Amino acid sequence: MCLAVPGKIETIEGDDPLLRRGRVNFGGIVKEVSLGYTPEAMIGDYVIVHVGFAISTLDQAEAEKVFEYLRQMDELGELEVSADEVH
Amino acid sequence: MASVKEFALSCPIPIDQYPNVLLAHGGGGRLMHQLIETMFVPVFSNPLLDARHDGAVIHLNGTKLAFTTDSYVVRPLFFPGGDIGTLAINGTVNDLAMCGARPLYLSAGFILEEGLPMETLWRVVQSMKRAAEEAGVQLVTGDTKVVDKGKGDEVFINTAGVGIIEHDLTIAPTSVQAGDVVLLSGDIGRHGIAIMAVREGLEFESAIESDCAPLADIVMKLLDAGVRVRCMRDLTRGGLASALIEIAEAANVHINIDESVIPVREDVQGACEILGFDPLYLANEGRFVAFVAASDAERALGLMSAHASGRGACVVGRVTEDAPAMVTMRSRIGATRIVDMFSGEQLPRIC
Amino acid sequence: MKYIDEYRDAKAATRYARLIARTTTKPWTIMEVCGGQTHAIVKFGVDELLPETVELVHGPGCPVCVTPLELIDKAIEIASRPEVIFCSFGDMLRVPGSSKDLLVVKASGGDVRIVYSPLDALKIAQANPARQVVFFAVGFETTAPANAMAVFQARQQGIRNFSILVSHVLVPPAMEAILSSPINRVQGFLAAGHVCTVMGYTEYEPIAKKYNVPIVVTGFEPLDILQGVYMCVKQLEDGRAEVENQYARSVRKEGNRPAQELIREVFRVVPRKWRGVGEIPESGLGLSAGYKAFDAELRFGVASYTAEESSECISGVILQGVKKPHECPAFGTRCTPEHPLGATMVSTEGACAAYYRYRRVRVAAAKE
Repeated sequence: MCLAVPGKIETIEGDDPLLRRGRVNFGGIVKEVSLGYTPEAMIGDYVIVHVGFAISTLDQAEAEKVFEYLRQMDELGELEVSADEVH
Repeated sequence: MASVKEFALSCPIPIDQYPNVLLAHGGGGRLMHQLIETMFVPVFSNPLLDARHDGAVIHLNGTKLAFTTDSYVVRPLFFPGGDIGTLAINGTVNDLAMCGARPLYLSAGFILEEGLPMETLWRVVQSMKRAAEEAGVQLVTGDTKVVDKGKGDEVFINTAGVGIIEHDLTIAPTSVQAGDVVLLSGDIGRHGIAIMAVREGLEFESAIESDCAPLADIVMKLLDAGVRVRCMRDLTRGGLASALIEIAEAANVHINIDESVIPVREDVQGACEILGFDPLYLANEGRFVAFVAASDAERALGLMSAHASGRGACVVGRVTEDAPAMVTMRSRIGATRIVDMFSGEQLPRIC
Repeated sequence: MKYIDEYRDAKAATRYARLIARTTTKPWTIMEVCGGQTHAIVKFGVDELLPETVELVHGPGCPVCVTPLELIDKAIEIASRPEVIFCSFGDMLRVPGSSKDLLVVKASGGDVRIVYSPLDALKIAQANPARQVVFFAVGFETTAPANAMAVFQARQQGIRNFSILVSHVLVPPAMEAILSSPINRVQGFLAAGHVCTVMGYTEYEPIAKKYNVPIVVTGFEPLDILQGVYMCVKQLEDGRAEVENQYARSVRKEGNRPAQELIREVFRVVPRKWRGVGEIPESGLGLSAGYKAFDAELRFGVASYTAEESSECISGVILQGVKKPHECPAFGTRCTPEHPLGATMVSTEGACAAYYRYRRVRVAAAKE
């Protein structure tokens, strides 16, 4: 399940790890989010947020791999796509 | 380990008749249309009403007038970018403009709840004055009622408006034809999110402002320049999707739009992503679509983009063939789907 | 928006679609478990890009859809009480109970409020000490940490007028129920990326092994789903049955430890009834002994309610991917979003609603 959105942490407050809160920026909308479940998250990190709680810190290197794989396929000449193939 | 069982057979009452009015009946989606089609239109049916456009176009002794009405019940009364007063003026001004009329005179009926602070009413009235001045209309008649505390939501306002049509175009769904181009006047979703943010207590720290604005002037520019405008609709409740579907159904045409060109501001998108909203269905108060003859499209786009109320105007689609009546959309990834009406209001979701 | 828009890129999507087409040599049936994935597939038209040999079936990954009828009835009963402020996610408000839904309760004067987060419900409880605030705690494992935190804080802060109506369901038992069914057609799974963000994916390894099915933990954007399908198809073509992680930017194998700890503290595993499917043992979460005081079913005395399903609604077989919505005789006629017979038509994630909104006319045209 389901609706969880990546946003960038702008500020953090709270000492008790479970009560840590952050202001997270979603494309310009800033919302206060609980960081209680992402004790490792720092300012500048992206977190995945579900119902007001960050449930993971986004791994930026892994995020690239979706595209890296396509690039590798490109190099192998697997994926020639002409303009009229995009529906 | 449990395996599949046949489920028990029984027969509940299907929830198909709503004995009471629901909020969804005002949401701009299917339920509202059903209510209008089954409760109101057949009872009052006449050629003017049956045209089902935002306003009625009346031929009176050689003059063409447009006449419309709208009621304003928005909560909260004051929101970033406007208030119930600005909506009350601009909403009716815009409905007249969508008929291709120059808005002239408005009436205003106030239903006030006992206990409403005078200060609040004064703010609303001042907003109305400013909006009327900006739109070039005069408030010429009105009415005031007060209801018991608890029987009204602070302020309800109804405005009705009259405008004059000074050209020969028939601006209505019936004029829409295959090949026509669909223009959108700017980015969508701001009003819906602005209201939702305040109303549901979903506080975003950087406020999104409503796009509430009068559209009479930009429409007049198009008409004065001789653009062959077939039909226009301002995007209110139900958003871009509902406006297009209404026109497709009324005109019995197939409209195809392209998701990747529909302008949505990044912060509106952010709010939509968090709440699970589709911007296509969000309310707007200062945006409209115009169906124009294909050969006038480029000129119309230029005129709209140059106008303050048309920044970000773009071509969103075309009328492709005469039937069946529907709206299809080419998605971001190149697949095509049907755009249907929402049955009620969009609700924030987690799923 | 970063980490969203780039996963909706048309050219990249077409490339993955080509890759899938080139990899497939025979027909495969893959189930996506999560309602959010169903929504993305139908909204963006991902399945249109897939070759005909790959069939996507929609699973029971919509906690709204699988919430049992009697729980909706319990919610309606509680919400109708004058002292109660009933808080819920928006998804639940239009799900039909035996005779009405929560929106109808609201229309009749019940104080039903939509909240974005369970912590908002807790704030309402603090602001309204004379009222009873009940939160409808529905969801898969993804939402359990949030609901756990709300109850945990309620206890910490002594907020006595707060309680939750729990209907948490767990994914792995549901997958096993589908796989062990004699009518199962599913050959591979796209597991729910946000469920696994919380729980990790070690519990899927025994399932993959036992039933010999590949399971790919997948995200929610079109590119995620396409890459997930590709990885799944590749395994099927290679004859492998492993658990792989497509959504590695969010999911780690061990999942989110602090979240799992709080879930274990506040909840315990219980049997749960799945609407349209029946009871599956150890498939849900209920409050643990230390938190029973916050259980709304006990507080309001509705624990013993039972209810029976509509005879016409075939949500169950649809949730298991055995039938498609348009194969239901009531689809689009007696059962529409305006008057739904079952949860799969009401929930925006439900397969039937998705089909109705995005497909109806095309299917009708195809039938002619």
